[in-house]
Amino acid sequence: MPDLVLDGRTLRVAEGTTVAAALALASDGCSRTSVSGQRRAPLCGMGICQECRVTIDGRRRLACQTLCHDGMQVRTRP
Amino acid sequence: MNEFADLLIIGAGPAGMSAALAAAPSGARIIVLDDNPLPGGQIWRDGPQASLPNQARQMRERLHANSNIRHHSGTRVIACSGPKQLLVEDADHGWQIGYDKLILCTGARELLLPFPGWTLPGVTGAGGLQALIKGGLPVQDERVVIAGSGPLLLASAATAKHNGAHVLSIAEQASSVAVTGFALQLPRWPGKLVQSFSLFDRHYRTGSHVVAALGNERLEGVRLRQQGKIVELACDRLACGFGLIPNTQLGQALGCTLDGTALAVDAWQATSLADHYAAGECTGFGGSELALVEGAIAGHAAVGNTAAARQLWPRRTRWQGFAKALNNAFSLSPHLKSLAQADTLVCRCEDVPYAALAGHADWRAAKLASRCGMGACQGRVCGGALQYLFDWQPSAPRPPFSPARIETLMCLDDTPPA
Repeated sequence: MPDLVLDGRTLRVAEGTTVAAALALASDGCSRTSVSGQRRAPLCGMGICQECRVTIDGRRRLACQTLCHDGMQVRTRP
Repeated sequence: MNEFADLLIIGAGPAGMSAALAAAPSGARIIVLDDNPLPGGQIWRDGPQASLPNQARQMRERLHANSNIRHHSGTRVIACSGPKQLLVEDADHGWQIGYDKLILCTGARELLLPFPGWTLPGVTGAGGLQALIKGGLPVQDERVVIAGSGPLLLASAATAKHNGAHVLSIAEQASSVAVTGFALQLPRWPGKLVQSFSLFDRHYRTGSHVVAALGNERLEGVRLRQQGKIVELACDRLACGFGLIPNTQLGQALGCTLDGTALAVDAWQATSLADHYAAGECTGFGGSELALVEGAIAGHAAVGNTAAARQLWPRRTRWQGFAKALNNAFSLSPHLKSLAQADTLVCRCEDVPYAALAGHADWRAAKLASRCGMGACQGRVCGGALQYLFDWQPSAPRPPFSPARIETLMCLDDTPPA
């Protein structure tokens, strides 16, 4: 059961949970802010659309293609 | 770190796994590269809320048990860095892989069409919702509407219901005549007939499509046209997918010829480029059974076992028949071209509205004027939509094929693998 920190909130998830699912488990499910200021959430679920890109441990990653690991730091806002 | 493979396979879905397992007895050094965290592709995507069929588990175990198959998950192709050489990247590293033979098993993505409100959080693809649920997205007691076209709508609904969601409506744009005609052909493929019964849902409506997603900050409801009548439903999630588009980008970048919207292949699953094969959905949508047999043919052919490949031809023909029936039944109604309004965003990466695109001569002119398709997804979403809306042909992709780290691009200076 990995523990991760999402926008400052600590969260424990089931083994194998994607970061995209953790976004919904921790808060409103949103992943990023668009160029015109809209909040967005994962769309395609399979690594195509890039809507779910978040910052994980300082690197830009796709939330839907990344599994949660213990100690992960996830940010959805710059 | 650089690597060399006698046989490099891109994609670890049914086609890619099947290709690797068919080629493995030859003793070839095989590398399977996959963007997903685990093998299985989308249909066999694993996760805390997924239930995998036995066949998927067995193939995954066999893949791991073969000492001459190396599997890199969470790894993307960034560029073609030289003849028979690719630059790739995972979460931590970039490196180059050289190869002798290559099999493209890059699958398909959903056709996502723009409609008012589709950028609201709570709106996903149909297969998209299914993939997210398998990965642990909670939908217990949520009200879900599913819309679009194709059998994926029923599969997505089944996954949502299995995980506690209330599916209020499944809106299929195809007519009842088309869907019934397809259903009547199913006894030709008994396994599919059984599967279709298990997926049937009383909220399924043909001749129906989404009109708008409603809500301010997030989805609150959906407006549907159901057999001519406008209805509005309050809901928490809307999953919309309008069929599948083959992922041909890497094949195109390598120089493989297209046949319509898919990679062109011959009887051996060989593309127009020597030593390059393709199998599964990237050669045209046909479902996992067709992908499995095509993958096996490609795997055998790539290691020179033409006899084993040839033996599988009849089975491929049988599943190609299923694919043809499917694609005819769910062809898209022209009504869907008028869903987007002037202010509806078409390019979600660069937030480009429909009005900024309509009237341009082609995809290139629209890109130059609006930045449409020039964002992070590199036109994978809006390119498919604009091909349907305006018949614009997307151009062959240029590297980097997806966002990459500078350190990865610096690997281009490395000595090529031998």
